[in-house]
Amino acid sequence: MSIYQDKILDHYRNPRNFGRIKNADKTAEVFNHVCGDRIDMDIVIKEGGVEEIRFEAKGCAISRASASLLTEYAKHKKIDELKKLDKAFIINLLEIDLGPNRIKCALLPLEALKKLIINGQ
Amino acid sequence: MLNVTHIRSDFPIFSDKPNLVYLDSTATSLKPRVVIEKLREYYEKYSANVFRGIYGISEKATEEYEETRQIVADFINAKSPDEVIFTRNTTESLNLLAYSLGQQIIEKNDEVVTTIEEHHSNFVPWQQLAAENGAVFKIIDITTDGNLNLGKNSSLEGIVTKKTKILTLTYISNVLGNINPIKEIARQAKKINPKIVVIVDAAQAVPHIKVDVQDLGCDFIAFSAHKMLGPTGLGVLWGRYDLLESMLPFNFGGEMIESVEADKTLFKSPPYKFEAGTPHIAGVIALKESIHYLEKLGWENVEAHEKELTNYALRKMAYELGKKVKVLGPSYPNHKGIIAFTFEPYHPHDIAQIFSDENICIRAGHHCAMPVHTRLGVNASCRMSFYIYNDKTDIDKAILALKQVEKVLG
Repeated sequence: MSIYQDKILDHYRNPRNFGRIKNADKTAEVFNHVCGDRIDMDIVIKEGGVEEIRFEAKGCAISRASASLLTEYAKHKKIDELKKLDKAFIINLLEIDLGPNRIKCALLPLEALKKLIINGQ
Repeated sequence: MLNVTHIRSDFPIFSDKPNLVYLDSTATSLKPRVVIEKLREYYEKYSANVFRGIYGISEKATEEYEETRQIVADFINAKSPDEVIFTRNTTESLNLLAYSLGQQIIEKNDEVVTTIEEHHSNFVPWQQLAAENGAVFKIIDITTDGNLNLGKNSSLEGIVTKKTKILTLTYISNVLGNINPIKEIARQAKKINPKIVVIVDAAQAVPHIKVDVQDLGCDFIAFSAHKMLGPTGLGVLWGRYDLLESMLPFNFGGEMIESVEADKTLFKSPPYKFEAGTPHIAGVIALKESIHYLEKLGWENVEAHEKELTNYALRKMAYELGKKVKVLGPSYPNHKGIIAFTFEPYHPHDIAQIFSDENICIRAGHHCAMPVHTRLGVNASCRMSFYIYNDKTDIDKAILALKQVEKVLG
């Protein structure tokens, strides 16, 4: 089965929450130096929950679709709940099977989110 | 053109995967049956250690092992088999040089010169060596057409100086596919500084062109068995004997000593001084089969075949996809069977993934050559590379896959 399923392609072509937040509470940038992927993610937190979250991605279809799906999921969720997200969650969210090399692309947005919500935020 | 149908029948992987389109021989080549059988022969018939046993099968293993050393020496036209050292790979050969030679001769304010188009294995060891010893690390740039910028009239003037103790460079870039004029470069460098040591990373050259170390006039070359139809885990370092003699050992241990006493150790002469521990015996023994295989095909035929495929691919890509595909490196004719390209706005990983869905293997990323990608202003690229088992239908399939990328992601 190709990993370019309709859901992935939809989020790749029309990423949700794409762009930056001007007055973000926190900003994170993450890289995958192997392929040059880069994701910038901004967040606004209110009462322990995600009020607003946006990202900009330069990279492959998988990292962009993953960032789109993840930010869509994270919006209005409680921070404590988001802290528990892991690799299995992302695989389930994307609904595709990725090999050991491509899984890194899919996990890059989660790395950005973790940077935003861990360390007392 | 080579008879690809016949050649493919010599490679068991094509019986297992008849639809495989393998366009990543720059990373590693496929292996013919004769090489696999030779590995088996050692393990099944005389799998003893070399040099130590005073018994039949150890003597047989030693004979086979040393026979390969002679065959490698003849293959690259070395003066003597004693100049041929077996290592793990090109990377280890180059690290051996940086340590055993570099640490000994490089002092503060000396210069170590390399190029922007090196594989990390011929870049990082020298960068680190220079930093540790307070030496100057100089990098030869490329011109806009993707060849090395060797200064006025390719004279190396202002690049190599009397202070340059080591010049190390690749014969064929694993990204740009350009062949560097090693013979001319070595001659010019030695004109400026007769004592300079010229090192050549020949990992992409030895599998594809006839390499004659005496004719090149360099001091060392490094290459890997696995890129030339041979086993993985085996590399070669060739060096001028007088230099090898003057160098420090790389690893200490078994096989490389003459005698050991409580307070001192005497080392063997090269090449054994540099082959501590039990080597990749099976690999060395099997390497001679890959050399025989290549020599039987004939260098002229191999080169003509790859040239025809490369030109066909460059022509066809330009015709079918126009300017959307940008090929890195020089245009015809100085382009060996390595074509790195970008296909904006698609990411190399996505392109390689869609190729994989069509059973086509290409490389995506920076191909262990970040400096040249940075120099060209691209994060990553795709790369297809050709060898003796590829034909034009492989390229046609690759072009269809590029169109498929547009269809899926466009």
